Amino acid sequence: MEIAFYVSALIAVLATIRVVTSFSPVHAVLYLIVSLLAVAMVFFALGAPFAGALEIIVYAGAIMVLFVFVIMMLQLGGEASAQERAWLQPRIWVGPALLAALLLLVLLSTILRGEAGEVISGELITATAVGGLLFGPWLMAVELAAFLLLAALVTASHVGRLERTPDEETGKGEPR
Amino acid sequence: MNGVPVEHGLILAALLFTLGLAGLMFRRNMLFVLMSLEVMLNAAALAFIVGATAWGQPEGQAMFLLVITLAAAEAVVGLALMIQLHHRFRRLDLDAASRMQG
Repeated sequence: MEIAFYVSALIAVLATIRVVTSFSPVHAVLYLIVSLLAVAMVFFALGAPFAGALEIIVYAGAIMVLFVFVIMMLQLGGEASAQERAWLQPRIWVGPALLAALLLLVLLSTILRGEAGEVISGELITATAVGGLLFGPWLMAVELAAFLLLAALVTASHVGRLERTPDEETGKGEPR
Repeated sequence: MNGVPVEHGLILAALLFTLGLAGLMFRRNMLFVLMSLEVMLNAAALAFIVGATAWGQPEGQAMFLLVITLAAAEAVVGLALMIQLHHRFRRLDLDAASRMQG
């Protein structure tokens, strides 16, 4: 269990580094899928199999497929990655990376001085306990999540509707 | 070695979060910005799971479900906005959106 945790943590960090530094959109999405699967393995190793399964189904399965579909739809290929390579110069990324490293130092010192002292031994928290909590005292939160999903659905169907661009309205180009 | 200290799980969450934050700051392509946001939300969810398993309570996993719902809603709205951006400007440069004027 410990070995599974540390190996999948290493894979998650390396894949995430490749996500933020990669030039091609498709490669970045594939590395992000690897990172999410590694985080799901971390969940399995920690003893949260329900969360791990949800991570694979919802994150790696649904949300990432959405990203892949949008990349396919917009046909982001070679010229997009050439543009990325031109944008990602050292003078662009050094400042933000230093700021993020500073924030990481603050977070690490806070975590290490916190003296939580607990050790995760890997005992399972089953889906029964989570379901009993969600449909008992947390029912209102589930309803609010449903409202959030409904709002996202309405927003996506409204914002994602493509109108004609101005030059198509003046007669050039074909209407979509 | 018997079990993982809770600090190591939280350190992993902090590492993933700062990687996502760095990507969010130095990327100009909207697709990469959205992916960095997903990484950050995922790191927050990982911190919830670490807390849940460290104290043996199911609340953290219920919170993880709400975080994953939020991530799905955010991805859908962000990708719809990205399709609009590509449709209007023919590129995914976020600086182009600063000249949108409403």
